[in-house]
Amino acid sequence: MNRSAPIFVAALLAMAGATVQSTARSPAPVNNAVVMGEGAGNKMPRTLSAYGFFADLREQHGTYGVSDYRLNTPLYSDGADKLRFIYLPAGTKLTADGAGLLQFPVGSAIIKTFAFGEGEDRQLIETRVLLHRVDGWTALPYRWNEDQTEATLALAGARIPLTRPDGAEISYRIPNKNQCKTCHSKDGEIIPIGPKLRNLSPEWLELMQQAEYLAEIPKLADRMPLWEAQSEVSLDKADVTALARAYLDVNCAHCHQPGGGASNSGLDLRWEQDDPHAMGIRKPPVAAGRGSGGYAVSIAPGDPDASIIIHRMSSIEPGIAMPELGKNTVDPQGVDIVRRWIAGMDQ
Amino acid sequence: MLKFSIAVLALASASSLAAATHTIAPGDGAQERLQEALILAEPGDEIVLEEGRFALTDGLSLDVDGVTVRGAGMDASVLDFTTQQGAGEGLLVTSDNVTLRDFAIENAKGDGIKSKGADQIVYHALRVEWTNGPDASNGAYGIYPVEAKNILVQDSYVRGASDAGIYVGQSEQIIVRRNRVEENVAGIEIENSNFAEVTENLATRNTGGILVFDLPGLPKVGGGNVLVARNAVVENNTDNFAPEGNIVAAVPAGTGVMVMANTGVQVIDNALISNSTSHVMLVAYTQSFDDERYEPRPVNVTVRGNIYGKGGNAPDFTGGELFAAAFGGALPPVLTDGLHQNLSIEDAVPVVTLGLTEVGQPFTQAQPSLLQPTQGDPVAQYDPVQLPAEMAARLK
Repeated sequence: MNRSAPIFVAALLAMAGATVQSTARSPAPVNNAVVMGEGAGNKMPRTLSAYGFFADLREQHGTYGVSDYRLNTPLYSDGADKLRFIYLPAGTKLTADGAGLLQFPVGSAIIKTFAFGEGEDRQLIETRVLLHRVDGWTALPYRWNEDQTEATLALAGARIPLTRPDGAEISYRIPNKNQCKTCHSKDGEIIPIGPKLRNLSPEWLELMQQAEYLAEIPKLADRMPLWEAQSEVSLDKADVTALARAYLDVNCAHCHQPGGGASNSGLDLRWEQDDPHAMGIRKPPVAAGRGSGGYAVSIAPGDPDASIIIHRMSSIEPGIAMPELGKNTVDPQGVDIVRRWIAGMDQ
Repeated sequence: MLKFSIAVLALASASSLAAATHTIAPGDGAQERLQEALILAEPGDEIVLEEGRFALTDGLSLDVDGVTVRGAGMDASVLDFTTQQGAGEGLLVTSDNVTLRDFAIENAKGDGIKSKGADQIVYHALRVEWTNGPDASNGAYGIYPVEAKNILVQDSYVRGASDAGIYVGQSEQIIVRRNRVEENVAGIEIENSNFAEVTENLATRNTGGILVFDLPGLPKVGGGNVLVARNAVVENNTDNFAPEGNIVAAVPAGTGVMVMANTGVQVIDNALISNSTSHVMLVAYTQSFDDERYEPRPVNVTVRGNIYGKGGNAPDFTGGELFAAAFGGALPPVLTDGLHQNLSIEDAVPVVTLGLTEVGQPFTQAQPSLLQPTQGDPVAQYDPVQLPAEMAARLK
């Protein structure tokens, strides 16, 4: 396949329901020097447009080399919609050495825009970029302006009062640069979180391979379930378990794993963890403080109301609320599925 | 190649000479201005907090090595988190060689200052306070270094923490000295850590003064080599206000120094006064666990040279009153559950044992008696904790 035929790739992807955006006019390519942080002022670019990731910034149409993707089970971010993109420089590929995170080449980037509302009412709030530079990953947050014409660097983050489409008034928090790292860190290094092989659809992976954006991948023993599927079918115990474990992996395990931000808790909520104590079952808290809510263990089998994990997921009060960052509202669906999972455990 | 190295060295020294000072004033936009300074600081830089009250709505964080954050004094520069809306602590430090000094953190919703994996950190002359005093809704830890090597916490004041005022967890090479900890659940707690010295602190009006704990199932297990010396541990009788579930929620009010699990703890030359349950308490971990690395008993504990004031007169546990009455109105100053190994009490004071014989045995099966005076096998003296000299030098 001819690698220099993005339109063809776009057509292919569009056919399968995924899209690599492209416009009729030939858009400008991504500015690789900016992605790499090379050259004056490029270490922390002041604007999102400087990267050139988008052929149409407002519409969030990616240019050459920018592919959109979705996750089977996504991170909850106060109900924001997320537009996710991967940028791969010409001639580079993603690789996979297991069911976990894809390996990204130097020069690549992951871009995620947070938005509320649909169609003309869609408001872009912030765009977070993860840049894979020579010295490792860099995470930077950008805040969209009122006119939706540009997003500018928000190093110190921001707190934005907004009304969600469902009418809820929320205080939305754009994380500061350090807080990006708080979640995106393992053993002190910044890493991506989302694009794990087991949390990506087989169709998307196939298309990325056809487009020569992805090398051979290992055969997967299991995949994370599609999060929205829970509303469509009646769930048996195995479904509930899979959804709950996927949810905890995606929403909690970036900190709650060895080498993560909450490693000292000893709680490991990764999908692949199968030791009951490590995943919180009958595990007493360590440094939960008032987060314990007076309960003795993270997960009390059969008794969600006596489980610290439910107490903390159900709170928005700092010091109690989990996750600690990027959450200003409770995710009712997430709480519900974890609750059902715990309720279904043998006491 | 040599030429190249020299050039690099010259560059390095030039940049350290160029260490900058960034002064931040309280007032509008303090959150963003201070956080931006913390992000943009270069190694060697100093961030100066002017005198005044900084109203903050979100947690702050520092991730640059070698930065100093300095205020105008623990009562002069106040980071006020009373209206905090997000994050699990007031200030989070995740970089090495950081110095925090001469400022205050008030009313953080979670922990006060947490440093994680931050080696060679100095906490000096800080105040971390929940100004409403003891309250279960206060944050857990005041000063909270965890998972690090070379930690110095000194000349600081912590009040109102609903867990521990100063908590050092899963770390090594630790000095906690000359601090005042007041009205916390635990004044000072050293947990799952090794080579720690807790000296010359005043721990008063906490639930428990100084705790040395080891818990199973954590990444770092097997705490020990802890020296608790020359502290004043006075009147730690505040009702326990820790939320249930936390290990410190089980600490009886009136506890002076408490050792749970750990191998090698010396309790030496302290003044232990008016702690109404017990001046020195030694217990095994009581809950079930599945961790081959874990020693649930206190092993190789030495108690020597302490001054004992009155105490033990109102033991804060079920049947405590009867228990005290049986000993003539007050428990002896040292209490063990009986599960210790190689205990050396070198002070001429009576020791009461609960007579438990198995780890996990309920206290209801206690058979209290006075422990026959015993001298444990000699325990190797530890070398003093030696922190890198540059840590103290930073404060000059």
